[in-house]
Amino acid sequence: MENILEVKDLNISFHTFGGEVKAIRGVDFELKKGETLAIVGESGSGKSVTTKSIMRLLPPGNSEIKNGQILFGGKDLAKLSDRQMQKIRGKDISMIFQDPMTSLNPTIKVGKQIMEPIIKHQDASRATAKKRALDLLHLVGIPQPEQRFEQYPHQFSGGMRQRVVIAIALACNPKILIADEPTTALDVTIQAQILELMKELQKKIDTSIIFITHDLGVVANVADRVAVMYGGKIVEVGTVDEIFYNPKHPYTWGLISSMPSLDSRDEELYAIPGTPPDLLNPPKGDAFAPRNAYAMQIDLEEQPPMFKVSDTHYAATWLLHPDAPKVEPPEAVKRRMKQFFSEQEGK
Amino acid sequence: MAQREKLLEIKNLKQYFNVGKPSMVKAVDDVSFDIYKGETLGLVGESGCGKSTTGRTIIRLYDATDGEVNFNGVNVHGKKSKSELKAFNRKMQMIFQDPSASLNQRMKVSDIIAEGIDIHGLAKTRQERMEMVYNLLETVGLNREHANRYPHEFSGGQRQRIGIARALAVQPEFIIADEPISALDVSIQAQVVNLLKKLQKEKELTYLFIAHDLSMVKYISDRIGVMYFGKLVELTTSDELYANPLHPYTQSLLSAIPLPDPESERTRKRKVYNLNIHNYAEGEEVKMREVKPGHFVYCSEKELKQYQAVLPK
Repeated sequence: MENILEVKDLNISFHTFGGEVKAIRGVDFELKKGETLAIVGESGSGKSVTTKSIMRLLPPGNSEIKNGQILFGGKDLAKLSDRQMQKIRGKDISMIFQDPMTSLNPTIKVGKQIMEPIIKHQDASRATAKKRALDLLHLVGIPQPEQRFEQYPHQFSGGMRQRVVIAIALACNPKILIADEPTTALDVTIQAQILELMKELQKKIDTSIIFITHDLGVVANVADRVAVMYGGKIVEVGTVDEIFYNPKHPYTWGLISSMPSLDSRDEELYAIPGTPPDLLNPPKGDAFAPRNAYAMQIDLEEQPPMFKVSDTHYAATWLLHPDAPKVEPPEAVKRRMKQFFSEQEGK
Repeated sequence: MAQREKLLEIKNLKQYFNVGKPSMVKAVDDVSFDIYKGETLGLVGESGCGKSTTGRTIIRLYDATDGEVNFNGVNVHGKKSKSELKAFNRKMQMIFQDPSASLNQRMKVSDIIAEGIDIHGLAKTRQERMEMVYNLLETVGLNREHANRYPHEFSGGQRQRIGIARALAVQPEFIIADEPISALDVSIQAQVVNLLKKLQKEKELTYLFIAHDLSMVKYISDRIGVMYFGKLVELTTSDELYANPLHPYTQSLLSAIPLPDPESERTRKRKVYNLNIHNYAEGEEVKMREVKPGHFVYCSEKELKQYQAVLPK
């Protein structure tokens, strides 16, 4: 499948009073047409910074793209001027934010907010824009669009507001939709509705989605491929099955086994010890090494490269080096692997 | 299991806000349940269903509109002298959702933790007080050097540990944990949940665990209550709730939670809850009924028969 977006060796730093925070330290990934790529990781791992850099929404004062390319449609987004970027933002690439309470303007009617990108980007007349906005409200499942069009955000519930935000994001049929924790602020039943809506719309308008979340349940539900981030790097990337049933990086092992499965009750949950690394002074070797029970001497000295597991599956851990000792993943992960492979043989 | 001692008995608890105004809200509407000594009772439901209000009313942060909360046989909401209230407050403590909002930014960790110790006069000398603080810090997995720092110097998970240490300081019997892990990262959630479980074993604590993350609730709870619009609609052991959810709302809630398992996600069928499904006739009595021992469902007499029919024997 063709790549619609390629990010190559991206390095981003923030300049603070304390010094230079190296938030993104060499991120590579590609987004294919029509797929959903989920980026997971804990707060501070750099998942939001990566996507904000694609939208060029990082604060201009203290952030800096030190190195790397963001290739989209033959252009390097990292090098575009603000003026050029404005033509892409909201049109070819658009974004859904976490909190629908703060991402809508409370003083402007919902309908006008949806019309705005249509008028700006598509040179449409007000009448066409209004028609399109009503269609969009209908598309995202808001009942009585004509009445709702004239209302303000505070008259909508949280789930309905998120639908409006989605309508705005989809107004110009974007090629890429970036969803930054779009359901975290919502209740589970509303979350399920929004996820279903996003999947359905993706099929209809054939857009690619980058989905940021820390909820592995949501990842399993929406993703085709998954990238796991830690300490400003992608440490493992693969299809959703590869990440959930055959993970290779100890951090992914930790993430997966720290979630209780429905039948793990009496055993203690596996908890990743310690706290995330300080990116003001990133460690010399593997950033995960201090929290990693499987760490070897080399982990403290040198950063592991991406080792290939399959054509779609890569992981940055020295454990995959041919000279590395064989280690046993935690019980919860082994159970998943076994269950998965026995199912595959059964097919 | 059957002859366990009741620690807390909640009878027909009601908590209405804006009583007498058109905007009256029945946040908790006639809820009854028991909590046994040493168990963890999980309370789940969507935001606005009244689960936090239930917790807050139990600990008397709100004055109940009606109903009783009996703690060790004594009504919490009954009239109490100052000293009785003080003694009661020591037995029941709370851990809050947002660890950065629930700790005073201007107090040192040692003073935050020792506030309860001071109020209840649990330490005789300064030295004893600090010893207690150090012990508590170590119990929750921090170290004694942390005592002289301020909350902003800690990460979210560490702050939640401080909140837990503060709750433990007065040696309570019962702890209400209101979404204690929702604000934390996945890898840190497991640390805090393990800590809560460990403390429960060591100190024989009883928990009321309020959350919306059902997989964590199932993991930590012995029994789970499901709330919907101020009512408790189902209450049973956590295994039973997952194996045989009976109330249509429970079924819909369970079907909405994504599991970290792509295989089961592909085949997920979501159920939508519709109030009309019950089709209650006028005058039909709808209340909590015991479908089988220990499994309570909010239903009518007719539904009770239907539920009993579908339950595996």
